[in-house]
Amino acid sequence: MSQARVTYKPSDEVDFAIVGSGAAGGVLAKELSSNGFRVVVLEQGPYLRPEDFSHNEVEVFIRHQLTNNPEIQPVTFRKTPQDKAKLQPSVMYGRCVGGSSVHFTANFWRFHEIDFVEHSKVGDIPGATLVDWPITYIDLEPYYTKVEWEVGVSGLAGASPFDPPRSKPYPMPPLPVKGSGVVFERAAWKLGYHPFPAPMAILSRPRAGRDSCVNCGFCLGFGCEVGAKSSSLSAMIPVAEATGRCEIRPNSYVHQIATDKSGRVTGVLYFDGKRNIHLQRAKAVIICANGAETPRLLLLSKSAQFPDGLANSSGMVGKNLMPNSGAMAFGVFDEPLNDYKGFAVSRVLHDFYEMDHNKVGFYGGGGLDARFDLTPGAFAMNGLPPDTPKWGKEFKHALRQNFTRTLEVFCHATSLPVESNSFSLDPDVTDAWGLPALRMTYRDHPNDLKMMEWMKDRAMELLDAAGAKTKWHAPIEEQQFAVHLLGTCRMGNDAKTSVIDTDHRTHDIGNLFLCDGSSFVTSGRGQPTMTIEALAFRAADRITALAKRGEIKS
Amino acid sequence: MEPTQTARRNFLLQVSGAAGAAWISAQWPTILEAAQHAHRAVASGNGKLEILTAEQARQVEAIACQIIPTDDLPGAREAGVIYFIDRALKTFAKDTRPLYEKGIAHLSQLTSAKYPGAKSFADATTEQQSSLLVELATKKTDEDHQRIGPGESDDFFQTVRMHTIFGFLADPSAGGNKDYAGWKVIGRDPAFTFSPPYGYYDKNYPGWEAAKAEMEKK
Repeated sequence: MSQARVTYKPSDEVDFAIVGSGAAGGVLAKELSSNGFRVVVLEQGPYLRPEDFSHNEVEVFIRHQLTNNPEIQPVTFRKTPQDKAKLQPSVMYGRCVGGSSVHFTANFWRFHEIDFVEHSKVGDIPGATLVDWPITYIDLEPYYTKVEWEVGVSGLAGASPFDPPRSKPYPMPPLPVKGSGVVFERAAWKLGYHPFPAPMAILSRPRAGRDSCVNCGFCLGFGCEVGAKSSSLSAMIPVAEATGRCEIRPNSYVHQIATDKSGRVTGVLYFDGKRNIHLQRAKAVIICANGAETPRLLLLSKSAQFPDGLANSSGMVGKNLMPNSGAMAFGVFDEPLNDYKGFAVSRVLHDFYEMDHNKVGFYGGGGLDARFDLTPGAFAMNGLPPDTPKWGKEFKHALRQNFTRTLEVFCHATSLPVESNSFSLDPDVTDAWGLPALRMTYRDHPNDLKMMEWMKDRAMELLDAAGAKTKWHAPIEEQQFAVHLLGTCRMGNDAKTSVIDTDHRTHDIGNLFLCDGSSFVTSGRGQPTMTIEALAFRAADRITALAKRGEIKS
Repeated sequence: MEPTQTARRNFLLQVSGAAGAAWISAQWPTILEAAQHAHRAVASGNGKLEILTAEQARQVEAIACQIIPTDDLPGAREAGVIYFIDRALKTFAKDTRPLYEKGIAHLSQLTSAKYPGAKSFADATTEQQSSLLVELATKKTDEDHQRIGPGESDDFFQTVRMHTIFGFLADPSAGGNKDYAGWKVIGRDPAFTFSPPYGYYDKNYPGWEAAKAEMEKK
């Protein structure tokens, strides 16, 4: 870990400036630097090391140690374009080297074949802009395998009858089952479903100099102190730095993509930690800033030459935001599960991944998992049955009784793309740097609310079959908070209706690429990171080929 | 060695496997330094008030003890919640200082109006305190969000409740949960690393393939 690291001057014209060091940025940095290119990764957040991580809920949940901070980065929210947006922290993403992959749950499901061709299967849906992807599962399969082997995913190939074809088994066996997994699995079998060991981006065996999971129980929301969680920080960035060609530059907030008179990109303008502005020159720029900040950066980069923002001749930048649908049910059991130990999820089922929409009355599908991801403080705030007194003797009694006996059945599912659901620049609110704040416009398609109701009913049935003595579910209501930031610069062959092509190159600018959740055409079933990383591995191959053919020139 | 530091060291010792051992030897000094730093920070706040006056602290602690009372197991008092709150008011919850000041004053008015015999909220009987808080906590509480942050709730009682909960249950490095008092109540083992089986239901689990075969036989 202590090899001499390369540093570049902003005036050095590097081959690639990558904006963002998360799931996509980390993979691209590793791949492109390994392929011989000179790379600078600009990350707005700090470079935290394992020793900076803790089990301190106050630091993580209240002080936003690992995530965007609404106090300096305000976000506004409205339901429709006719409303005036009001301040509301409606978006959360990782803001440190490694991005959201540092704090994520690590559910790593591949997309299935259906996820790429839904429009062909179901046709037009009123109020939605559903289209097929310009690539298919077969195009991505080798890259899913690469993610599993290079980033590190534990799982059991062939365990789910619904799994898409794969070229290689998982590199590691599944993580150990938890009590939540055992009762969920039994209930699922009883009901005729097909539960299987959850594929997780957490090491079940030591690998590539990283330790395996020690089951500390502070996983979702926290950074991994032993590097077992396969974040970009633990799996990709060290490899990129070891090439001697990649500099990770933290505390660097890119606020504009620089262009010349001919409309080509020349580099990125960013604030350093002291709020001085620099121009990092680069032959090409790849924006991997996530599905919220990538479109925001394109819109912030507007100029006389590009009055609607960069790469936005289609007008599609920021549109079709898909946060994934979800539903959550809780159950309390007679005996201790002690599910606070270990990572979050050990069993999943995909029986509802692909459904006959004529039969169920809605389009879409999803997966269900059994988990317990509430750390002690969060549990006391959110994990008790809704009719429990909120303070006093009975509150304490419920904490005492339930903490070790509670589990959640979590449903993750599709969101339909709707053009008015979007990220844009707020006309009134600015961030601590004086830049227009992110504005989220979002209202679930009625279809998605219908599906969430249906999924919630399946979760409640599973809890019944599992023998939960108390069960309840979170209310199904219109979502106003997004962590999966998908679809806002969609990929497509038609420059009039999409932002990037299948090489992740913007249709408008030859040396500007985008790769992250914003590239998605449809939302998938609620576990996007695996696909973000597979896209990034694939994009690295495509971009390398273009560069070697001399087709990227600044 | 103090409990926080011991637990941290146990964690390091319990990390298993060859890679783990290599990782420890590489990271040990920095990790231990970080743990000690966190510990010193806690020690400096513990037992000493920096923001609240002794009288304010007495009132706030009385509220915290109504939220998480002491029974056969520790409550807010034993967990040192008041020191967590004092530290919160110095750091992440600075903005809620006026809310606390106004809230304490309001509660004092409420007390003298309803129970003229009681010298202050903290001096009222526990039954009186409870009924005063019912009155104070009129706003419904099921709007709590996991990520409720400073300034996001302008309700005094809800703010004290959230601070009490985190002071009772957050990792001791946050400044409360003294000697893992809160975790004793909820049954969370303070160890930093665990091995399965974890509980009742995963004991004797035969493995997924065997469990599946068993199920198919039935």
